[in-house]
Amino acid sequence: MKNGIEIRWHGRGGQGAKTAALLLADVAFKTGRNVQGFPEYGPERMGAPITAYNRISSDKIRVHSNIYHPDYVVVVDETLLGSVDVTAGLKKTGAIIINTAKSREEIEEHLGGYEGRVFMVDARKISVETLGKNFPNSPMLAAAVAVSKVMPREKFIKEMRASYQHKFAKKPEVIDGNMKALEMAFDKVEGTMEAEQLTISA
Amino acid sequence: MAIKERMSGNEAVSFAIRQINPDVMPAFPITPSTEIPQMVSTYIANGEIDTEFIPVESEHSAMSATIGAEAAGARSLTATSSAGLALMWEELLLAASNRLPLVLALVNRTLSGPININCDHSDGMGARDTGWIQIYAENNQEAYDNFIQAYPIAEDTRVHLPVMICQDGFITSHAVENITLLEDEPVKNFVGEYQPEEFLLNPGKPIAVGPYSVSNYAMEAKKNQEIALENSKEVILEVAKKFQKISGREYGLFEEYKTQDADYIMLIMGSAAGTAKQAVDDLRDKGKKVGVLKLRVFRPFPAEEIAMALKNCKAVAIMDRCESYNGNGGPLGSEVSAGLFRNKVMIETVNYIYGLAGRDFTVGDACDIFSELDDMIVNGKEVEQYQYVRLRK
Repeated sequence: MKNGIEIRWHGRGGQGAKTAALLLADVAFKTGRNVQGFPEYGPERMGAPITAYNRISSDKIRVHSNIYHPDYVVVVDETLLGSVDVTAGLKKTGAIIINTAKSREEIEEHLGGYEGRVFMVDARKISVETLGKNFPNSPMLAAAVAVSKVMPREKFIKEMRASYQHKFAKKPEVIDGNMKALEMAFDKVEGTMEAEQLTISA
Repeated sequence: MAIKERMSGNEAVSFAIRQINPDVMPAFPITPSTEIPQMVSTYIANGEIDTEFIPVESEHSAMSATIGAEAAGARSLTATSSAGLALMWEELLLAASNRLPLVLALVNRTLSGPININCDHSDGMGARDTGWIQIYAENNQEAYDNFIQAYPIAEDTRVHLPVMICQDGFITSHAVENITLLEDEPVKNFVGEYQPEEFLLNPGKPIAVGPYSVSNYAMEAKKNQEIALENSKEVILEVAKKFQKISGREYGLFEEYKTQDADYIMLIMGSAAGTAKQAVDDLRDKGKKVGVLKLRVFRPFPAEEIAMALKNCKAVAIMDRCESYNGNGGPLGSEVSAGLFRNKVMIETVNYIYGLAGRDFTVGDACDIFSELDDMIVNGKEVEQYQYVRLRK
């Protein structure tokens, strides 16, 4: 799309991929952008593969179809890699971000020879460290923002704190953990990007 | 001052309901409309509005209770989708024939079977002959704006009919998008206080609602109801003009997008109209003269106005998000064609059935349809007059 980016999220029902897409729409809106965040449901049950989408643009967004040529793909659950064609239509100039603890070689086997950039974030580890539970969507949201550069890190962090304060008004104890999860995921992606730069300049 | 926000279509309708603060809302949950009664009951629980919420055991009861409340003199509404609307069917006819100006937020979803939760217009189209006014929305903004205009249309003494405010299930109901909201006060002033002339709970002026009518009178009652529906066209336009004054947003019976010099026009309703407009822009960049006629008001059906808007084009693609199982085309296909014929507008038409049970409709699909119309007119290609878009064969 002209003057904007399109993101596709892959997850399983109950993991928060849809919530992450809606949160991304929310924070991008606060930077003055036109946004769209929407889910695509298959059968209504926990664990079924679901897809969610974001359009973020400086222009008014009118299209109401799913996204077939995304700039970025986020895979919240790596067990989808064997069964869902996550790189379908993904632009070479874009990137895929995968929640995994596996090695790059193991992951790339499942990416059908995708030629763009691949980012791996162990969102489960980050979530367990910061929240004590596996809620991979917060770290994956931060990773999506870091990779797509849809907004500056400081602005994102500030807006997410406000969002969490609203969302978790009744359980404020989880806010700090979530904020830490966002920062750790951002660090991880920025680290990968720096390493990429070093490889290129070497 | 306008409020820049982002919210889903269901949130937008719920927000309009909060601003209007109607008297009574009976409701029974069904996907994808469930969020509306859920959000409204939250507003009630928080003390933001004093609407009486009645949890009922079925949609038949939801519509019955809405009718009862409205007949009693209370401004009433409910929300539903799909099978919920089907279960209301008997009551829908009573609401209209008893001339009760209640409002229904319909979040369009397919009807079984196969059982499926996603969008098409089967539910609304199934209720097309029940005497209700039906207004469709392209996005969350229009769902919100249409809802605010619903009571002023319904309660106008020239109309006195129920209004269905429709939006596409999931595609707009669950999509978070930008929206411009009005402040509470202008909305309250616009909708005003409900002052029914005649109502059940009025001991000074007793009336009967829904009595038996003998054959000698029933036909006139039905014609009166039909006249009210015809009258509503003018009222819908008047209300839209007044709404433009408080919102700056313009509404008509339909929207014409780049149709003035168009050779080919796509007539479409609901969220897919936005997708079709994008296709129009892409094709205009390549020098193709194409446009979109987005139908907003399906009931009353603006047959003559549509015919006049289409009369200078070479071919029209009539898009139905519904199969009506008559062997002859979808509801829009049949009604638009009849309207063109009666108004002696003899242009080519192709009736496309698309997007059933949530099948995606893309910019590429719209471009293919325009290109097929072009092939038909320019190269004389034989094109099936009634066909399905992107059907697995």
